[in-house]
Amino acid sequence: MADAAHSYLDYNATAPLLPQAEAAVRESLGVFGNPSSVHGAGRRARALVEDAREQIAAHTGASTAEIVFTSGGTEANALALKGGHYAAMIVAGIEHASVLAAAPGAAVVGANAQGIVDLDALEDALKSAPRPALVAVMLANNETGVLQPLDAVIALAKTYGAFVHCDAVQALGKVPVDFTSGVDSMSLSAHKIGGLKGVGALIYRGDLDAQIAGGGQERRRRAGTENVAGIVGFGAAAREVPRLLADMPRIRALRDSLESKVRAAAPQARIYGEGTPRLANTSCFSLANVSSETQVMRLDLAGVSISAGSACSSGKIAPSHVLLAMGVNPAEAKTAVRVSLGWTTREADVARFIDAWQPLALNAAA
Amino acid sequence: MSAKRRIVVAMSGGVDSSVTAALLHSQGYDVVGLTMQLYDHGAATAKSKTCCAGQDIYDARRVADRIGIPHYVVDYETNFKSEVMDRFAESYIRGETPVPCVLCNQTVKFRDLLKAAKDLGADALATGHYVQRIEGARGAELHRAVDPDRDQSYFLFATTQAQLDFVRFPLGGLTKPEARALGVTFGLHVAEKPDSQDICFVPNGRYADVIQKLRPDAAHPGDIVHVDGRVLGRHTGVINFTVGQRRGIGVGGEAEPLYVVHVDPENARVIVGPKETLLRNAFEIHGVNWLGAGQGPSEGGTPLHVKLRNTQPPMAATVFGEAGGKARVVLAEAEAAVTPGQACVFYDGERVFGGGWIARDVGIAHLPHNLRRGAAAAAV
Repeated sequence: MADAAHSYLDYNATAPLLPQAEAAVRESLGVFGNPSSVHGAGRRARALVEDAREQIAAHTGASTAEIVFTSGGTEANALALKGGHYAAMIVAGIEHASVLAAAPGAAVVGANAQGIVDLDALEDALKSAPRPALVAVMLANNETGVLQPLDAVIALAKTYGAFVHCDAVQALGKVPVDFTSGVDSMSLSAHKIGGLKGVGALIYRGDLDAQIAGGGQERRRRAGTENVAGIVGFGAAAREVPRLLADMPRIRALRDSLESKVRAAAPQARIYGEGTPRLANTSCFSLANVSSETQVMRLDLAGVSISAGSACSSGKIAPSHVLLAMGVNPAEAKTAVRVSLGWTTREADVARFIDAWQPLALNAAA
Repeated sequence: MSAKRRIVVAMSGGVDSSVTAALLHSQGYDVVGLTMQLYDHGAATAKSKTCCAGQDIYDARRVADRIGIPHYVVDYETNFKSEVMDRFAESYIRGETPVPCVLCNQTVKFRDLLKAAKDLGADALATGHYVQRIEGARGAELHRAVDPDRDQSYFLFATTQAQLDFVRFPLGGLTKPEARALGVTFGLHVAEKPDSQDICFVPNGRYADVIQKLRPDAAHPGDIVHVDGRVLGRHTGVINFTVGQRRGIGVGGEAEPLYVVHVDPENARVIVGPKETLLRNAFEIHGVNWLGAGQGPSEGGTPLHVKLRNTQPPMAATVFGEAGGKARVVLAEAEAAVTPGQACVFYDGERVFGGGWIARDVGIAHLPHNLRRGAAAAAV
């Protein structure tokens, strides 16, 4: 987004609203009925929700009956892990905090230096786990962008009679996402693909205990009046997924150009997951001796939005648990930042980033 | 880089630093607010009237939103723990009464935060302290605030000349009511927020609880001994005592009121005596920071005024410079309760000339011989 003053390079945190989603949301705002109501106003709202469900089904290979709308990716992960019936849980250490928090007693499996879940450790955990176990491995990591070997994870899980939950929040719109690939549940979020914040979905095969109880919405799997406008926007954004995917080669070229400039400005910079398949839009790297805080603040004051680690509610930056799980030492992890590009990103945004970041790299080297 | 001069403001979420930020912004500076995260608020008691509780970060952020300036939280938990909280505990365990606010100003605030301000391309770092920085013929000078009730110069004696050159104290020329009135004028929701009184990481003033948490094995029970040698009772740990303390000693039946005269951690003894045994007219200080003319107090003695506690008016003294950042302070009139660990701050009229830390071996010469041996060993 290269307007006069600002470059937004934090798409993995959230994406700008897609014009198509915005148009659909605006149009839906006149439909005020409660989708659970039997009258015409209710039916019109219900139809919008079901249209959106079909759009999401069409772009993920799920059936409409398998889609449960939630308040976002975090709730979808919580519902998948807490609402299922498993004797044990095994999660990757690089999972999103919402997965780790939803499985407090889980066995945690580490990752290699490239950011890929350790399959040998996963198999060891599966061998000793009571059955049926649930394995949670994300499709693409939100911080490094590294793609996880889901096919291998699924094959291992099946061998040991385990189920697989896949957090695909960060992957949707950036790599093909297919519920028919063999996972048993999958989380999605609207705002990462240009929908509104506050809406997501869990795709789930099988029985599920509602974690928010009350009315019988979402086939008794998630009570509460539906976020109609949010769901409409989600559906409209999902319809744009093929176009988002088609834009990825362009975005990859920009990302690669950014990384080559980072490397030129700071040979000491370390780019995580560099040699392994990862999202085309994501770059995560550290700059020794310059804290993530300083980099993020400096870039922000120069009009460039990037992120570091995961910000807690106070805004304090903690070292990334993802990088720590990859064996990165804490001091180095505190110097890592994430730059994530998207459909509005142009060469000028990359240039603005480099212009603002280069002095930090030069100071660090001096 | 914008043509406007950039000033980083240390924003605690309180009224003073909020007004500082709003004032500088109204004067046309490119103001950036930074709030220091200093310790885990979840672990401390949920108390709103402290300088760095979670609520205060929220307040700082809302003030920055209101003014329309960028605001960030910087994490200094590690350094605050090792350089302020741990040293606070160790000081009490050594039998001293520390001033952690000075340590905080010396380390996380005027070293780490100052560096962050420079990293952000700032021309200066401003705080909401009530103290004046006046540009003198030989560089910046530190002066007492115009509001004597609010003057915070005691806590800033360790500011070095290099730090002083970079920092600004826009409130030093205002009274507190004037600052609050400005807060109202600027529409800041914190304008009526109560002042913080306590040490920020010591909820409810119960410092011994904090030490207990930081150093669980620190408390050794021992004797309470009169300066005349009589054992008057027992105590649960020397960290509960401060030289000059009268209340809560836990011994009675004496003809005259008793004060803590000396704390002897090695022998787990608290020595008490009548008020006159507290009087001192000379003591040693260390870690001297000098903000006056020349390199430091003269070996032959520099006449100054000193404050041994924040709440006390400056008193006449002569400071004799010694090697290794030490000095000997001779008071014009004997003073009760020269408390080890507290700061001795130098004043020349309204100007701050620096200061040092009151050393531990205060008053050993006054102790009876049988007590002196243990105390002297402890004073090494």
